[in-house]
Amino acid sequence: MIVAALFFYLFAFLCVASAFMVIASRNPVHSVLYLILAFVNASGLFMLMGAEFLAMILIVVYVGAVAVLFLFVVMMLDVDFAELKHGVLQYLPIGMLIGGIFLAELLLVVGAWSIGPGIPHVIASPIPANVTNTEAIGLVLYTKYVYFFEAAGMILLVAMIGAIVLTLHHRVRIKRQSIPEQVSRPPEMCIEIVKVRSGQGLGGSA
Amino acid sequence: MTLVEFFWSYLWPLIIIVAESVFLLVVLLVGVAYIIYADRKIWAAVQLRRGPNVVGPWGLFQSFADLLKFCFKEPVIPAGANKGIFLIGPLVACVLALSAWAVIPLNAKWVIADINVGVLYIFAISSLMVYGIIMGGWASNSKYPFLSALRSAAQMVSYEVSIGFVIITVLLCAGSLNLSKIVEAQNGPYGLLNWYWLPLFPMFVIFFISALAETNRPPFDIVEAESELLAGFMVEYGSTPYIMYMLGEYTAICTMCAMGTIFFMGGWLPPVPYAPFTWVPGIIWFLIKALFLFFLFAMAKAIVPRYRYDQLMRLGWKVFLPISLAMVVIVAGVLQYWPLAYAAMK
Repeated sequence: MIVAALFFYLFAFLCVASAFMVIASRNPVHSVLYLILAFVNASGLFMLMGAEFLAMILIVVYVGAVAVLFLFVVMMLDVDFAELKHGVLQYLPIGMLIGGIFLAELLLVVGAWSIGPGIPHVIASPIPANVTNTEAIGLVLYTKYVYFFEAAGMILLVAMIGAIVLTLHHRVRIKRQSIPEQVSRPPEMCIEIVKVRSGQGLGGSA
Repeated sequence: MTLVEFFWSYLWPLIIIVAESVFLLVVLLVGVAYIIYADRKIWAAVQLRRGPNVVGPWGLFQSFADLLKFCFKEPVIPAGANKGIFLIGPLVACVLALSAWAVIPLNAKWVIADINVGVLYIFAISSLMVYGIIMGGWASNSKYPFLSALRSAAQMVSYEVSIGFVIITVLLCAGSLNLSKIVEAQNGPYGLLNWYWLPLFPMFVIFFISALAETNRPPFDIVEAESELLAGFMVEYGSTPYIMYMLGEYTAICTMCAMGTIFFMGGWLPPVPYAPFTWVPGIIWFLIKALFLFFLFAMAKAIVPRYRYDQLMRLGWKVFLPISLAMVVIVAGVLQYWPLAYAAMK
């Protein structure tokens, strides 16, 4: 158990430190890279809790897809750091408000362990020994929580369609490549086979 | 806890794991050296050249000579580069590529970490591989590396989606995320006809092509298309950082070959499950299959012209994604409503 505890403190320390560096570092690309480090360490914490499926999904989804696109956008932005620092006081109250709400919510979550005595039992009920982590999640996700799951899927679908509708605009009078048309073109349309006798050349037949 | 207990419960397993990992890494690195040599030889043979033939008999030591050459050169860091990220980039590429091998079973029980979510682990590692390229391309602070980094981010994310769906169909058939169990699930009385390449043949083709795109191999090497981008994200790199990128790239190719072997070609299982074939150790079968896949990779490099960038994106999003998505639904439906198929897959 001592090894697990050591790893817990390692991951937890790195997670908090890199989360701090996300807001502290001057370069936005560095911020995103620290955010990725925080995700990876959070995944390590999941792993220590025995939630290996969640740990891997966290890396695949957040680090492998979301953060890549995030980094993609941040790298393309030409951010002026001096200008960013300029308006910091103006946004401070809003930042404080959001921070305060987060703190209150976190305290409520932690407090729930003592407020509702039934809740820790539900949260920390162990998985049966012969069922793997992935199976256990699947068993509740598609039975008990199926409506929430479907609702989340619908929300994502609507968001995806919205993003496509916002960005898709067909410009007229632009040359496009139609691959089915190209592929279905018969050979006679494109090539001409000419039999050439040696020494005579094409001689004007082409 | 006494010191003796501490030794047997913590230190001794640690020593064993470290020894196994070092052994695997050494074998893997030597293997990668000869994979690079084989790649160059196959490519040369298709083009009627000789390929590397000077260092050692038949040029067998060429990769090691290259390694020494790169290591003894001076590493140059451009003045405008972001130094930390510039050096971390190749490290990320190399370390991630090597760490994927921790869960790959080379034979029954021959695996360093036999974890339940092995497939997801490899998938996570391969989705992280893009960071080595993006970091290197951005930190170089130069035009062509940056363009290449953006291209690679889009390309690797796109093809990961279809690889993910291909893997899901395999998981549905095998019923496990453990790589060893996926291989065991392909064991049957008909030998190589039981492996998943036959029932999931369209997915095997999609997996192979997506693996080419995911590892930035030709014909999808637009990340380092020399006619447009010089050497892509590696323009500013030389000496040891460069060789680390190269090592990461070829190790990732080996990983993809191993994954293809495990998912579709029955891993270490013999092609005919009867006497003379079952005497051969499983590792031999595994290597034969993985090398066969690598031969296909090398032939694709030699004979297929490079894709244009928009064609690559079209192939990923408009062709592979709908086909693989439909196949997930079809495979799940067949397994659910046709008990015979379910029994055959188990």
